[in-house]
Amino acid sequence: MTAAPPIVRAGLRGAALASGLRDLLGSEKVLWAREDLLLYEYDGAVDIATPDAVVLPNETADVAKLARFCAEHAVPLVPRGAGTGLSGGAIPVEGGVVISFARMSRILELDVANLRAVVQPGLVNLHLSTAAAPHGLYFVPDPSSQKACTLGGNVAENSGGPHTLAYGVTTNHVTGLELVLSDGSIVRLGGKALEYDGYDLVGTFVGSEGTLGIITEITVKLTPLPEDKRTLMAAFPTMDDASNTVSAIIGAGIVPSAMEMMDQLSTQAVEASVGAGYPLDAGGILLVEVDGVRDGLDDLLERIEVICRAAHAQELRVATTALERDKLWAGRKGAFAAMGRLASDYYVQDGVIPRTKLPQVLRHVIDVGERYGLRIANVFHAGDGNLHPLIMFDGSKGPAEVERVKEAGREILEMCIQVGGSITGEHGVGMEKTCYMPLQYSPVDMAVMHRVKDAFDPLGLANPGKIFPTPGRCKEFSLNAAR
Amino acid sequence: MIRRRGFPNADAPLPELISRCVHCGLCLPTCPTFAELGVEMDSPRGRIRLMKNVWDGRLDADSAAFADHMAKCLDCRACETACPSGVSFGKLMEAARSQVLAARRPNLAEALLRRAAFRGLITSPARLALFARFGYLSKRLGARTILRAIGMKRLAELLDLVPEKAPTSAALPARFAAIGTKRGTVALFTGCVMRAAFADTNAATARVLARNGIEVLVPATQTCCGALHAHAGERGGARELAKRNISGLEPLAVDAFIVNAAGCGANLKEYGWLLKDDQEWAERGERFSARVKDASEYLAAVGLAERPGPVRATAAYDDPCHLIHGQKISAQPRALLAAIPELRLVPLAEADWCCGSAGTYNVTQPELAARLGHRKAQHIVRSGAEMVVTANPGCQMQIEAALRREGARVPVVHLMDLLDRAYASR
Ligand SMILES: Cc1cc2nc3c(=O)[nH]c(=O)nc-3n(C[C@H](O)[C@H](O)[C@H](O)COP(=O)(O)OP(=O)(O)OC[C@H]3O[C@@H](n4cnc5c(N)ncnc54)[C@H](O)[C@@H]3O)c2cc1C
Ligand code: SF4
Ligand code: SF4
Repeated sequence: MTAAPPIVRAGLRGAALASGLRDLLGSEKVLWAREDLLLYEYDGAVDIATPDAVVLPNETADVAKLARFCAEHAVPLVPRGAGTGLSGGAIPVEGGVVISFARMSRILELDVANLRAVVQPGLVNLHLSTAAAPHGLYFVPDPSSQKACTLGGNVAENSGGPHTLAYGVTTNHVTGLELVLSDGSIVRLGGKALEYDGYDLVGTFVGSEGTLGIITEITVKLTPLPEDKRTLMAAFPTMDDASNTVSAIIGAGIVPSAMEMMDQLSTQAVEASVGAGYPLDAGGILLVEVDGVRDGLDDLLERIEVICRAAHAQELRVATTALERDKLWAGRKGAFAAMGRLASDYYVQDGVIPRTKLPQVLRHVIDVGERYGLRIANVFHAGDGNLHPLIMFDGSKGPAEVERVKEAGREILEMCIQVGGSITGEHGVGMEKTCYMPLQYSPVDMAVMHRVKDAFDPLGLANPGKIFPTPGRCKEFSLNAAR
Repeated sequence: MIRRRGFPNADAPLPELISRCVHCGLCLPTCPTFAELGVEMDSPRGRIRLMKNVWDGRLDADSAAFADHMAKCLDCRACETACPSGVSFGKLMEAARSQVLAARRPNLAEALLRRAAFRGLITSPARLALFARFGYLSKRLGARTILRAIGMKRLAELLDLVPEKAPTSAALPARFAAIGTKRGTVALFTGCVMRAAFADTNAATARVLARNGIEVLVPATQTCCGALHAHAGERGGARELAKRNISGLEPLAVDAFIVNAAGCGANLKEYGWLLKDDQEWAERGERFSARVKDASEYLAAVGLAERPGPVRATAAYDDPCHLIHGQKISAQPRALLAAIPELRLVPLAEADWCCGSAGTYNVTQPELAARLGHRKAQHIVRSGAEMVVTANPGCQMQIEAALRREGARVPVVHLMDLLDRAYASR
């Protein structure tokens, strides 16, 4: 674990802040004891920092009150959903208040006729689909963390998932937002309609990682559940074969609803935990799912099977029951955490590359692993070319080891940019990848982004230290080093 | 204040178990205390972090905060089922509680109460039977109202748990002969709470097994399994009981030790771990644990020799935590229920959630226990079931009490009692 050096700002902090917040909101909505604060210093990634206080709002009015208070006293506001984030987005790197949405987790409205739901940001992703299922509907974006991550986190990160290949990521499924800006004003953007006049500010806000303001209500699209699905597990002798298959399937004009890839290290970890039934001797496996109207699904599946065989598939298995399908997916969805069986810590990368470059980049990943003497597992959204190399390490070896791991990660991201890709597909920049931003954007690009931030958050209190590189922490990159 | 780093003794939660947790958070929504309280300290990930913080010298093992969040845990192990990383949460929690006990000097009243409970009551079937009878009687006599009136709310709430039916503690015969072709021989573990208040259920279990060609021995050489001790962190007491059971039961030439209380079963299956620091006993414990089977697990594995008679009812099955999460048994009880003709099984929302019983949780955390009981009762009422089936005496008592408080007249029956009744109706 590494604690980033905080950039100390003037403003109310510590005990004085906590007592001010208790007076403002009542003590049952505030945490201030040190032993409690220590439990809000982590998320699903590797960076840590301790907040000065944690606030647990019950409603939008609490958030607005809090924001006004913090604006007056120059206190950073760091929204937090479930803390499953993989880029340190919810880490209070500059101290201040963490706002946990654990108690704002209700579905406010299921508008079945209009295919919309209005929810609070702390709602767990899967709980929405579970509630919509009796109406034959679901919420499409299905991050592998969907059992736990919140809609607020999904919107802030513009999360994707296995099934966003065909149906689009979070931004394609959000039509309205209620926000509290860092000055305490409550703003409504969009609504239930698909399009609104003027700027698409909802689109701007999705993926902003809490740096533009705080989401307090979300209106999302619900989608009719497909009539049927077919899920195929294809095992290949090598990752190259599996990668070529991905390109061949898309090249044949087929867009599966999901297409996920795992290497041998991943399947072995998963088998030890979930027992999904993946063959352990395969160099790589693909999970391919097609869905839609029942007629024609089997034909489509057969075409995919033919392509797999031509690419040397050693085993093809089609899930015949819902239980079998769930098992195949449980393996994929539990894959990151299953790495806990192989190493005490992992650092996950999120680079995106053009699909056709998969074999080349994966070979580079193997090479990096060998050079650094680090084990790297690959489990990722192959259809989107969204890589997730998981670099395993032992955090108890200290900060030097973490630095080495991050260095290895950087080599992988540099390759992603070299082949025309980007440094993050869905996990966000957070505090972890801020220093890589200039690798991808010119100073002018960055300045434009900063102007957008200033327009929403002139005080700079909305999740500071995220997305934009800060001079203190990014020594090796000057802003001019880009491109 | 002098800061002591780490934990007081060797029963501490092991760092290699803690480091299995990759703080992914996937377990959070399955945790009943996180759902109710919404704070990280009362989530599985948070509790593991608290243990880590003690190791790292950032929190004292004898601090009130550490004790409080460990005590609020139900030890339901739902997080263990949810965790893809294979964190053995139950082992961590029991270890952490033992350290709370070792690190804190409990006040005198607490100490006396614990002693009375763990030394006297639980390990002595006779005394426990007496307590159960007293509870039943005093309830009949309206003692609850009186206790409430004089402000002894906690005792009153405890009495709420005393089951509706009159407790029976008639001794079981030492042997039930197999009926029809003999297919196996087992020893029945009768348990402490079970034996005292639920002797009927033990007899029912034996009859159901016998009906299916299984000879059932009821050995006198057994004692309390020590589950309540282990959950409360009383490792020493738990180990003593484990050794007595191992010595008493291991010589028997039986195919399995059958348990019908999920809490006991989960604990009996972990004797190897409990005794891990003593090589000889650890091995004997492992071997013993491998022979322990829940009644439903065993029956589903050998298959029913005879079809039960019909039960005309709509039932919901509620998974005891220590069966579904502790022993990963959830399909077998449902399969047995499905074998009963005319019994209609309806789905129960959050069937895999803790009802709030959780060993001594009712006593230590009455408010949270009541909230969870209420949540369970509401789901049961909404399910439309005319009867709830479960497989653990603690759950049975808690759910009955919760339903009663809700004013719902839905009986709660043990799976083995229901099967017994079904066979009797043939
Ligand atoms: C095992 C595992 C698998 C994962 N798989 C995927 C995957 O397949 N696809 C994917 O995209 N991600 C994945 N993730 C990453 C993570 O789950 C997502 O980024 C998720 O959307 C984060 O949600 P959260 O509620 O945990 O947010 P947090 O981690 O708490 O916060 C994430 C960010 O959102 C901000 N935020 C949270 N709530 C609000 C709010 N109300 N208003 C404003 N900002 C807010 C925070 O400030 C922070 O910047 C995975 C993570 C894990 C641990
Ligand atoms: S699911 Fe497992 S690894 Fe993840 S936070 Fe919970 S206990 Fe830790
Ligand atoms: S055992 Fe139950 S109550 Fe305790 S942390 Fe795990 S899920 Fe929560």
